[in-house]
Amino acid sequence: MTTDRKRFTGGQRLLHWAMAVCIIAMFFIGVGMVSTIMPTYVPLLATHKTLGVAIFVLALVRLAVRARSGTPPLPADLPAPMRLAAHLSHYGLYGLMFAMPLLGWAMLSAGAYPVVLYGDIRLPAILPQNAALHTLLWNAHSYLAFAFFALVLTHVAAALFHALVRRDGVFEAMAPVGSRSGTPSR
Amino acid sequence: MPLPPSGPRSTLASLAIIGAVCIGATGAFAYTAGWLSPDRLTPTKLVDALAPPTGPVPGYRRNHAKGICFTGVFEANGNGAALSRAKAFATGRHPALGRFNLGTPNPGAADATVRVRGLGLQIATDDGAVWRAAMINAPVFPVATPAAFYELLRVPASKEPNAMATFVAAHPEFAPFGAWAKSPDWTASYAQEPYNGLNAFLFTNASGTEQAVRWSFRPQAQAERITPEDLAKRGEAYLEREITERVAAAPQRWSLILTVADPGDPTADPSRAWPEGRRSVEAGTLVVERIEPEADGPCRDINFDPTILPDGIRVSDDPFPAARSAAYARSYDLRTAEAKDYPKRTSEAGR
Repeated sequence: MTTDRKRFTGGQRLLHWAMAVCIIAMFFIGVGMVSTIMPTYVPLLATHKTLGVAIFVLALVRLAVRARSGTPPLPADLPAPMRLAAHLSHYGLYGLMFAMPLLGWAMLSAGAYPVVLYGDIRLPAILPQNAALHTLLWNAHSYLAFAFFALVLTHVAAALFHALVRRDGVFEAMAPVGSRSGTPSR
Repeated sequence: MPLPPSGPRSTLASLAIIGAVCIGATGAFAYTAGWLSPDRLTPTKLVDALAPPTGPVPGYRRNHAKGICFTGVFEANGNGAALSRAKAFATGRHPALGRFNLGTPNPGAADATVRVRGLGLQIATDDGAVWRAAMINAPVFPVATPAAFYELLRVPASKEPNAMATFVAAHPEFAPFGAWAKSPDWTASYAQEPYNGLNAFLFTNASGTEQAVRWSFRPQAQAERITPEDLAKRGEAYLEREITERVAAAPQRWSLILTVADPGDPTADPSRAWPEGRRSVEAGTLVVERIEPEADGPCRDINFDPTILPDGIRVSDDPFPAARSAAYARSYDLRTAEAKDYPKRTSEAGR
């Protein structure tokens, strides 16, 4: 659903940027924690799990808000391949926002690990212990994490391309503060 | 209104900015992942260093590879509740499962060749909390830091002629463990060993008071001292046969002793014992009721990660639990991926 608004609502922008911070933090926490034996390993792991669940919940909220508020239309003159790339990459981003926390949770369940978040919040196992499933889910969580990082990087590059090169209002639609559309060209 | 499209020069500059952002982000990611820091001590390096010269045995734990499962109960007497609000210390019977093991990467190692014996333990409480621990019979840990432990693991592979002597000279903290390891009075049963947590953890009680604690499971069975030479005569997998028969005849018991640090005691260094006379609390009894071969047993697929702790216990400034957790996870990931290499049946000796 699209709206005739040029920008996402304040709530949508808040969700977008809050989740952007969380998700980017997750990439660094994830690769950092699996490559260290330092004492930070323990809080990093707890943060990774807690933030993962938070992202899953925020993604649910975000999808509901999107269904209600819609999205501003892409510029009419956006070439078809870019339009397609924009749509596909957003399916990918949403898919991974939901898939990564679920894969992580399922992976820990298949490894018979208790899933304990900050605040001693304990999540139930969503799978029975199983070595083959643990490996499959571990690989999926790991490979998709790199794919997710690449996709976010592409998303950032595309956003900057809209902001700096095309200057077509797409970036401004999600810009965190103010609206720069209408300010004079450099 | 959208801005007009930018000119060619600023387009180039803009593309350069975009490229720089992407390269910068990728570089930061690579740095965080350790790809730019070959000297970083990673879980992979630590686990690889545990492997015997012939390489790791696929499908098995990368250390403490030889073991046998048990189930039983932890009978808490309530005394531990003064130190920790964890349900495991509330008076009652809490289900336990665990694993007796030998500190070797070789699941086929002969009993008499391995000085370090271990106990992996999980206590689950009806509030849903899980407490896991992995303990050994040594009274102290060999070294003070995970980095020193990595150095120690690399000694056998060293080309240097006096590598061990050099290591000991550089790590005087190794002496108490070294003396214990050389002492000839081994015991003849897993049931006769003490299992010491060695690492300090912070216990928080119901009123929020936090204290550093180390724990030990002390055997109630009388120790039968035996030399490794005599143990060797009883067979390569005597200990598993013995504990199976012993527990079939009667449950075996250990008392859980919690020892509280005084201010100034070395909580961050498990190679240093705390002075005698520290306050200690007997918190209950571990009762081992049933032995099962590892292959089909409930302990096989459990990672006895010492950072899996209930509310009321948390890691202290001791750097080892984190390092062990990271390494155990790596070992678990490897062996679960190699599950097809793990034999479906235990050796006859283990039955």
